[in-house]
Amino acid sequence: MAVDYSALKAGGFMRQKQKDNFSLRLRTVGGTVTAEQLRTVQAVADEFGEGYIHLTSRQGIEIPFIKLADIEVVKKRLAEGGVETGVCGPRVRTVTACQGGRCCPSGCIDALDLAEKLDARYFGRELNHKFKFGVTGCQNNCLKAEENDFGVKGGVQVAWKEDACIACGVCVKACRREAITLTDGRITVDEQKCNNCGRCNRSCPTDAWDVTPGYLVSFGGTFGNSLKFGEELLPFITDEDTLLRVADATIDFFAENGLPSERFFKTLERVGIDKFKVVVTKAYNGED
Amino acid sequence: MADYQITDRVDITDVVCPVTFVKAKVALEELDEGDILSVHMNDGEPVQNVPRSIKEEGHQILKLEDNGDGTYDLIVRKVGE
Ligand code: HEM
Ligand code: SF4
Ligand code: SF4
Ligand code: SF4
Repeated sequence: MAVDYSALKAGGFMRQKQKDNFSLRLRTVGGTVTAEQLRTVQAVADEFGEGYIHLTSRQGIEIPFIKLADIEVVKKRLAEGGVETGVCGPRVRTVTACQGGRCCPSGCIDALDLAEKLDARYFGRELNHKFKFGVTGCQNNCLKAEENDFGVKGGVQVAWKEDACIACGVCVKACRREAITLTDGRITVDEQKCNNCGRCNRSCPTDAWDVTPGYLVSFGGTFGNSLKFGEELLPFITDEDTLLRVADATIDFFAENGLPSERFFKTLERVGIDKFKVVVTKAYNGED
Repeated sequence: MADYQITDRVDITDVVCPVTFVKAKVALEELDEGDILSVHMNDGEPVQNVPRSIKEEGHQILKLEDNGDGTYDLIVRKVGE
């Protein structure tokens, strides 16, 4: 019987250079794997692989050296232990995230929660080429948002509260963008310089800032054969519904305009990023 | 002018992050509640990060004095024992 390699690839089985061996990619979201899932992975790697796993560059796990003949039983064993197989090929890949908001004190948004929502909405969706989502909790960018086709970075919009300020001057220095000036006891923020990092508020001894958390989105990043930073095309997004509308519009645009085997940034270059900007701006504004 | 009386001073210009904060923290531990510590620090990372860490420890920051020579004095009132 002929082996349908592309179906196997779609199901996370990556053909190895060693004949009839596959490196099995697992489904992970935001780099989170439960201890129970790990025990299952361990058992499968011991029994059907070579007793080790590989951690991929995008927070995934692969179990190498799974034999062609064992594929069905391996899938069954994993499913029983709450582990799903991943995907490869032209579709939405693993959604990555940092621990922002949940564990990391710098987090402006719950990056993992958002990654789970994006995964539930898009994971595995068939497209013209691979498509990557990544979510990072703040400007420290541990998760490197701009290397993704759709990168989300948490941030905060800050507004100074005069009543609470003691004019101590700490925020002026805490800001790495030199966006804050303190003159005669009054704070001003240069919005052109501000990158929504929230360091002013975090360092302020009297919490003299109103903060509105939200998202900065970058489009069309890639870090493979070509290197390209995703571009921010929209203003700061302050609610999740708007973010998801923008994500829907982005995926739909790629599905409609992309050519087979064309990465998103190539589509943007060919079709024109201005045309795409019009589309996502409409989604941002909630217009059809 | 200043409406506080400095109890003690610590110089953290001779160390780098994250030891800067550790040194300031140890100095604060020596003090009693309500005492005022002046922390002498360099521009750059220390002045960007140390005030925040001290705030997160629960102490009260009163002022950041710019000495005009690339150093700053952070005035902190100790909170807690
Ligand atoms: C809960 C606390 C912490 C969290 C969640 C955290 C998280 C992270 C993350 C996600 C990265 C990026 C890793 C990467 O580039 O792949 C990072 C980098 C780094 N962290 Fe932390 N970190 C924490 C505490 C610390 C502490 C206490 C130190 C030092 C005393 C530290 C020193 C560093 C350094 C030096 C890097 C840069 C490494 C590099 O770029 O090669 N971190 N951290
Ligand atoms: S990107 Fe920000 S929130 Fe996420 S782990 Fe790094 S510092 Fe924390
Ligand atoms: S949010 Fe960040 S960049 Fe903006 S003013 Fe505050 S510290 Fe500066
Ligand atoms: S850190 Fe807070 S209290 Fe101090 S000057 Fe800035 S806003 Fe005012």
